[in-house]
Amino acid sequence: MSLENFLLLSAVLFCIGLYGAVTKRNIITVLMCIELMFNGVNVAAVAFSRYILPRGLAVNPKISENDIATVIANGGPIGDTVLSTLLTGQVFAIFIITVAAAEIALGLGIVIAIYRNRDTVDITNINMMKG
Amino acid sequence: MFSLDVMFWILAISAIGAAIAVVSMDDVFWAALFLVASFLAIAGLFVLLNAEFLAAVQVLIYVGAISILLIFAIMITRNPQEGSTSNGFQLVAKLLIGVLLISMSIALVNTDWNELHDYYEIGPGVASQANTQVQAGAVSVFADTTPVLAQLLLKDYVLPFEVASILLLAAVIGALVMVQERSR
Repeated sequence: MSLENFLLLSAVLFCIGLYGAVTKRNIITVLMCIELMFNGVNVAAVAFSRYILPRGLAVNPKISENDIATVIANGGPIGDTVLSTLLTGQVFAIFIITVAAAEIALGLGIVIAIYRNRDTVDITNINMMKG
Repeated sequence: MFSLDVMFWILAISAIGAAIAVVSMDDVFWAALFLVASFLAIAGLFVLLNAEFLAAVQVLIYVGAISILLIFAIMITRNPQEGSTSNGFQLVAKLLIGVLLISMSIALVNTDWNELHDYYEIGPGVASQANTQVQAGAVSVFADTTPVLAQLLLKDYVLPFEVASILLLAAVIGALVMVQERSR
């Protein structure tokens, strides 16, 4: 269980989702595969947040190691702010989930509208805008 | 540590296996059920990554809401004769995505990440006082992530948070308008 394991898992999930999104003909399956891709990205974001030390926090012998350390050691609002940058990846994952929820609601709305008008959910038959 | 590793491999293999089942199933309904299994395994992975709040959100939104929406849409639109067959790009797509996956894997294995555990595992001879303080801080953040996350969301990221709520409102209204029957 290391950062590389989680990143490889996320890459595999993303690629499976991409393959399905490119090759499937049913729109709903395409939407499901896009959700898989979102999940792969989320795993990567959370794994980065857990395993990576942001450059600003990294104790680099060259720059300001004692500044960061004192800020963290003293606690208080500034120390908390510095430490909470560790969780930025999780905040990103929350926003990705929000966008995914909006996307799936709109996507299924479009699917239902298309099905009502054209009586199909096969994307190869939906070519109204073909020149 | 050993049991966490075992849990990781079980969850990772079930997530990937369920994802493969999603793209290989011809029946859309079964694909949706495997998608739920994949989401659940990923929620477990979030717990392994000290992201308990995200795991709960994953279960509530993906497993609870999105999959129900998908299954309803499948039931409304399903045509029993035709499943979710694939189009003609399969071979090309497999090749291109295989190349993409291999290059991504090589890139992310060979990158020198600035990893946190390098700081945990520095020996006592090397560890400076600053290192130990940063370690202790990181341990305290990951011991209980939800309060820190709340502070981040409602303080540092409050503008994106509000924009996200407007986005959701717009999505709800847009979906309602699109699905509405035109009674004229």
